[in-house]
Amino acid sequence: MAISEEQVRHVALLARLALTDEQVANLGDELNSILGHIDTIQNLDLEGVEPTAHPLETVNSIRSDVVKPCLSRELALKNAPDTDGTAFVIPQIVGPGGGDA
Amino acid sequence: MSEFDVSRLTGAHIREGVVTGQFTAREVAEATLARVEALEPTVHAFNQVTPELALEAADAVDSSRAQAIADGLDPRDVLGALAGVPAGIKDNMNLVGTRTTCSAKILENYESVYDCTAVRRLLDAGAVPIGKCNMDEFAFGSSTENSAFGPTHNPWDLERVPGGSSGGSAACVSASMATISLGSDTGGSIRQPGALTGTVAVKPTYGRVSRYGCVAFGSSLDQIGPFARTVEDSAAALAAIAGADPMDATSAQQAVPNYVRAAAEGATGGAKGLRVGIVTDLLQADGCSGEVRAAVENAARIYADLGAEVGEVTLPASAHGLSAYYIIGPAEASSNLARFDGIRYGHRVEDPTDVLDLYMRSRAEGFGPESIRRIMLGTYALSAGYYEAYYGQAQKARTLIKQDFESAFKDFDVLLTPTSPTVAFKIGEKSADPLEMYLSDVYTIPVNLAGIPAISVPAGLCPSSGLPIGLQIMADYFAEETMFMAAAAFEAAIEFDARPPLRYESARGTRAAQEERR
Repeated sequence: MAISEEQVRHVALLARLALTDEQVANLGDELNSILGHIDTIQNLDLEGVEPTAHPLETVNSIRSDVVKPCLSRELALKNAPDTDGTAFVIPQIVGPGGGDA
Repeated sequence: MSEFDVSRLTGAHIREGVVTGQFTAREVAEATLARVEALEPTVHAFNQVTPELALEAADAVDSSRAQAIADGLDPRDVLGALAGVPAGIKDNMNLVGTRTTCSAKILENYESVYDCTAVRRLLDAGAVPIGKCNMDEFAFGSSTENSAFGPTHNPWDLERVPGGSSGGSAACVSASMATISLGSDTGGSIRQPGALTGTVAVKPTYGRVSRYGCVAFGSSLDQIGPFARTVEDSAAALAAIAGADPMDATSAQQAVPNYVRAAAEGATGGAKGLRVGIVTDLLQADGCSGEVRAAVENAARIYADLGAEVGEVTLPASAHGLSAYYIIGPAEASSNLARFDGIRYGHRVEDPTDVLDLYMRSRAEGFGPESIRRIMLGTYALSAGYYEAYYGQAQKARTLIKQDFESAFKDFDVLLTPTSPTVAFKIGEKSADPLEMYLSDVYTIPVNLAGIPAISVPAGLCPSSGLPIGLQIMADYFAEETMFMAAAAFEAAIEFDARPPLRYESARGTRAAQEERR
């Protein structure tokens, strides 16, 4: 199934990528080429086959609920693009003037 | 500066020399750093060289030895299994005191704030960190050309790629700018560069090594593993990093066997009684070069000569491996890479109008073309209306691939295929067509989908090009001992010299010659 330019734009929004018109056009071609190869998987008769999400048969891995040392605030904020020294600073997201995201 | 040639020393030699006082860890580190200074401008295996960390670690090893002697103890019992061994670390693994960039612009300035468990264990065993190795951005690629900081060159031929995504980790070991290194393997990213650089490269069983502190790509596929120039060194490195870790819930609880002993047994005892299966349908696949195929057939003959029972086997579902992988891998990657949003770390756009604009432009500016391609492919495959047709179907195909292996390991201890369908290709040769690049991993991908361990060992040089060919040896879940035994038996039989004809002494000359040729 060929992917349209409109679909590329929709997927880019889902993926939070601001693509240029040129990128949209190129990605459409590239994704169609890759999907053309991958599409063979849709012709396989896999009726009744259980899906594998994980290579090992693992059970829930549970730890005791105890407080342990973790990253200090200083280290957690060390790589932040914008911070007031106590928190990550971001554009306003609620209330008047906030974005609609 | 010391005069000895580090390219002639294995990790086992180095530990022995340091333990006995034949030389110091500092001398080894200095000789290695001198080699890096000479060769790195031509090879570009590293994103960051860490001389201060290296010398500090080397001095700590030398002090431990002195302290042991002062305390009347045998340094052999006190020093770690990798004491004094220079190591490269793929740049997707955190180490405090280094940047962890994943060769991506979006993480260009990211400073590690904690240590990756595998790296910590390697250093705790006495390894000496030489630097952070170049890679394809976020491990997306098979050539290291997708690095935002420029490609790594293959030490066997500087105009060729070292493979990828762990190309820097492979190249630094190949050129003896490190004795061992760590890489990560999601679809072949350790084994394929191992094959292309003539090094030994190990993808352990899924869960064998903790992934804590390694930037995630495909969470049901990723494994950390070592590169070395000998099977013995790769076994020692895996033994150091393997084992359960409370910080990674997917790390396996199984005890870690003595891999070094298994390798030693293989090297001396041959392969008597080992059941070796040659995977005929994969070997006959289109796109596999005749010389690569001949090398694998020759390997099967060598195993027969060593006393193995060699037979044929097929893995028919693996024909769908590439399709399943290029759905599952990007799907998992698109989820994992959602964390790079310009909020807590990484690149943020200058003047966001609102938070959606911040996300969208920070990501578009920070990710390279292949990362964007994979995120888009994965997001599409997971999106409403396509999920069952792609992701659901791929997960079922994955079950069939796994079942093929389970069935094959009832009859065989190890399975043989080429690691890569071709020898190292030229820089730029495949970068225009993403699909062409994806085909490089046709032999390695089924192993990740199933979750079994595999090793790539040099199988000799290609007669026409003189470039290394890799043999992939696959084993059953948690059967790394059998894998190392089989690999060491083969290694001992072919007597391959893992050092490319790129010598420390002539490095400057080689570089000049390369530049002249361009």
